[in-house]
Amino acid sequence: MVELTLPKNSRIRVGKSWPKPEGATNTRKFLIYRWSAEDGENPSVDTYFVDLDDCGPMVLDALIWIKTNIDPTLSFRRSCREGICGSCAMNIGGQNHLACIFGMDEVKGDVKIYPLPHLPVVRDLVPDLTHFYAQHASIMPWLETQTNQPTKEWRQSIEDRKKLDGLYECVMCASCSTSCPSYWWNSDRYLGPAALLHAYRWIIDSRDEATGERLDDLEDPFKLYRCHTIMNCTQTCPKGLNPARAIAEIKKKMVARTI
Amino acid sequence: MADINQSDRPLSPHLSVYRMPMNATMSILHRATGVAMAASGLLIIWWFLAAAISPSYFNFVNGLATSWVGDIVLTLSLFSLWYHFTNGIRHLIWDTGSNLGMRRVQRSGVTGIAVTIILTALTIYIA
Repeated sequence: MVELTLPKNSRIRVGKSWPKPEGATNTRKFLIYRWSAEDGENPSVDTYFVDLDDCGPMVLDALIWIKTNIDPTLSFRRSCREGICGSCAMNIGGQNHLACIFGMDEVKGDVKIYPLPHLPVVRDLVPDLTHFYAQHASIMPWLETQTNQPTKEWRQSIEDRKKLDGLYECVMCASCSTSCPSYWWNSDRYLGPAALLHAYRWIIDSRDEATGERLDDLEDPFKLYRCHTIMNCTQTCPKGLNPARAIAEIKKKMVARTI
Repeated sequence: MADINQSDRPLSPHLSVYRMPMNATMSILHRATGVAMAASGLLIIWWFLAAAISPSYFNFVNGLATSWVGDIVLTLSLFSLWYHFTNGIRHLIWDTGSNLGMRRVQRSGVTGIAVTIILTALTIYIA
């Protein structure tokens, strides 16, 4: 359901302001969301100053710089630092990005960093994605077949393979789903853009033999049809994919099979 | 993760921190104008009803409708009607699976708003 304000335990208070690094002349201000289960307090926004002369250009570089030089308790997920693992998705400057491939210079003014929106927070910038992953698992993200296993691999024509372009690249960073107001209000029942993009990736796979069941499973007022083409998903996708188009194509398939 | 107490976890901020892009603003405006049109529909019924009740009551309601407050309400209603109409066409096109690229979405959005303003002005000019 729509809840415009945050629950009591989630309201943000003003946090600690860390001093500017000594001797640094070229600094940038970072405002970062902090919360830890250990101190029993509400979340806060802490202020840090990053020495730009000593730090790489990406937002992730700055986070690592802060963790190394100022505050080792700052928690965030990161791994590949090149936009392929999808770990470091967060809300930077008001929109969702992968911190590793998003430059500080793309943000105007102070850099404000929050966890991905409308998720339970595990700690600092680490959200709980359990439900998001469960939704992905629910669309059967694998090849479903009835016919006997071929002696070699499942063959696919070049044209059919091309249909998967723009879909298979998804790294499940959850930027799209957590940018979607519809997902904010109905994530308990609406699958959200990421899971639906994956659903479509298997629906149009020429080798898959469960297209009917896949569509049956999505034929539901909430799972699919809570998409109102707001387009935040496509607007924010760090990989430049188009979940909104994938969802529109699923809706078209739903209509096409009834007429 | 079963041993971690999950119930006390805060919810990460959403509306208060998300910088809504034009597409999202236009989407919520589509819904708002839909609601506004339902409200103006009721006002029109009130106007008809007043005409059916008595001349004095009609004069009262008609007086409101032709006052400057009425002018503002009517202009906003017209804007709602044309906005919902043009944006509805965008939705119809999207439902065919086309024009869903981000650039196209932005362009059709700007066009839609321009068309809305022109149609609203034209209706006021003609009426």
